[in-house]
Amino acid sequence: MAKTLAEKVWDAHVVRKGDGDGANAQPDLLYIDLHLVHEVTSPQAFEGLRLAGRKLRRPDLTIATEDHNTPTLDIDKPIADLTSRTQIQTLRNNCAEFGVRLHSLGDAEQGIVHVVGPQLGLTQPGMTVVCGDSHTSTHGAFGALAMGIGTSEVEHVMATQTLSLKPFKTMAINVEGTLRPGVTAKDIILAVIAKIGTGGGQGYVLEYRGSAIRALSMEARMTICNMSIEAGARAGMVAPDQTTYEYMKGRPHAPEGADWDAAVEYWNTLRTDDDATFDVQVDLDANTLEPFVTWGTNPGQGVSLSEAVPNPSDFGDENAKAAAERALQYMGLEAGTPMKEIRVDTVFLGSCTNSRIEDLRAAADIIRGREKDPKVRMLVVPGSARVRLEAEAEGLDRVFKDFGAEWRFAGCSMCLGMNPDQLEPGERCASTSNRNFEGRQGKGGRTHLVSPVVAAATAVRGTLSSPSDLEPAPEPVVEPVETPSASHAA
Amino acid sequence: MEKFTKHTGVGVPLRQSNVDTDQIIPAVYLKRITRTGFEDALFSAWRKDPSFILNQEPYNAGSVLVAGPDFGTGSSREHAVWALKDYGFKAVLSSRFADIFRGNSGKQGLLAAQVAQDDIELIWKELENAPGTQVTVDLESKTVVCGNIVAPFDIDDYTRWRLLEGLDDIGLTLQHEADITAYEETRPAFKPKTLPARVS
Repeated sequence: MAKTLAEKVWDAHVVRKGDGDGANAQPDLLYIDLHLVHEVTSPQAFEGLRLAGRKLRRPDLTIATEDHNTPTLDIDKPIADLTSRTQIQTLRNNCAEFGVRLHSLGDAEQGIVHVVGPQLGLTQPGMTVVCGDSHTSTHGAFGALAMGIGTSEVEHVMATQTLSLKPFKTMAINVEGTLRPGVTAKDIILAVIAKIGTGGGQGYVLEYRGSAIRALSMEARMTICNMSIEAGARAGMVAPDQTTYEYMKGRPHAPEGADWDAAVEYWNTLRTDDDATFDVQVDLDANTLEPFVTWGTNPGQGVSLSEAVPNPSDFGDENAKAAAERALQYMGLEAGTPMKEIRVDTVFLGSCTNSRIEDLRAAADIIRGREKDPKVRMLVVPGSARVRLEAEAEGLDRVFKDFGAEWRFAGCSMCLGMNPDQLEPGERCASTSNRNFEGRQGKGGRTHLVSPVVAAATAVRGTLSSPSDLEPAPEPVVEPVETPSASHAA
Repeated sequence: MEKFTKHTGVGVPLRQSNVDTDQIIPAVYLKRITRTGFEDALFSAWRKDPSFILNQEPYNAGSVLVAGPDFGTGSSREHAVWALKDYGFKAVLSSRFADIFRGNSGKQGLLAAQVAQDDIELIWKELENAPGTQVTVDLESKTVVCGNIVAPFDIDDYTRWRLLEGLDDIGLTLQHEADITAYEETRPAFKPKTLPARVS
């Protein structure tokens, strides 16, 4: 029978078929190939194992890192916040006790769990990946079925390496065409969420398809899959292709030799059959897409950057209208204000959505040779220590520092403000993260979700801006090289 | 897990859609390493506003939360369920729940009952007109009763059965341990292992 990509991966992991229909019918029991662990959602799960006298079934399919609580300054000193320090220490103790590999603060492989997995080559096509974090959907960019789970399920996976999962429906998100300059993967996913709503993907696994998706790099695909959860979806996926294999080849945990050949042969089967059907199809035109930005307090409340803050009366649905009114009040915005006239106080470049090396390069390319608006504070937080090292090797840290941005150590940072990186009440932020919820980045903070290049352009102008709004950067001053060949060339 | 068959308690009308888990419990409270003691964290930002529904009697003694669509969106934090339970909520009614929140509720014995939005609107009116009205949520018959309103609710059969029986998920799965071991023997050799560690 013809199957979608998601159905193929599901079927390959069924340990025990469910009992079908009936009052106490058990759903399918699925095997989990990789369990990612961090400090926030794991302590109660480890404690549960201990209390029940259970073992961690597969330490060799489990990996932990410290990310949510970790400071991005002074990482060589003890963590100042006592509860954060205790939580990190608890993870260290638990990993030691249960034999889990842990990348701690200061380690070159430490960082945001969804940056670390792919970077090490542990995330591979056709796998099932779970983590006690909703942005686990990121790993779907490789053609993996990757889902965020709660702490009870974390404990379940620790004890059994399986999960009982309710069947899902399938939705194709077809993105055809070519993105214009300055328009990125972030704009695609923000536009998708605005189109289908924060509950539109509920009960579905999304598969992103079409020429615009095929043209994206792996890191851009991760940005898209990352925010599938913001549309309410169980997971988001992209079928693996040559781009996937090239990204993976040579990574520390990628298969080698004959294993690589066997893996590629299998991975090549991981695509939706031509005659398979999706429960729902959604189309998005990449050709006409513009940079996208949110105006409200949920990720579905977004518009093109060239548009204005909408009027609540434009919404037909009473709940949407009430939500818009409340959002405008919280955000301190008036309907009809052009988005590009909104001034920001802070620009945050980071998070599991947009903190990889390509994101940093794209932002650096915009700001190089330009000056930051002096009133704007810009925070640059690489997704992992490895990304930070890579950026420094390329000199990107200098570009950010010369611009006046703060160059920080890796972690989740201001995406959710569990560490000291928080907005002040009323402070407005252009953020490359994934959630614009009330108080998400700090009590009373106001968040506009944007792409890395919009974040960079906004830091230059001080108001929400796209790269095309910028004056041309001055030509870099190049010292004349006094060599005979140079004079000949002239 | 405690069995859940039927609960009656004061209904709390929360006229809001997209109540995300950052509102239910802000991230700052997630630094705790315990599974209980989160009652102070529930809706902590909103509770600073004296007009918030949980700051009003008799709603502050409520145990059935009646919310707008898309309840529990966002972060996977199970702390959201712990905070609702610790405060005293036994059931949440909404026309649409985020998947992860619904799953977490089922594991913790908090009933997430999906009720049609038209019925939610009726229940809201009843609870606002007659504050303190009791809401009965009956898992056997899958119905909600509030004043004269009787509304059906949806919940998946497996979660309902586990709640009615008070069954522990891990214990159920471990009954199939032989199946898990058999599956493991068929996994391809190219699947990655985290140990021994390899780094760049």
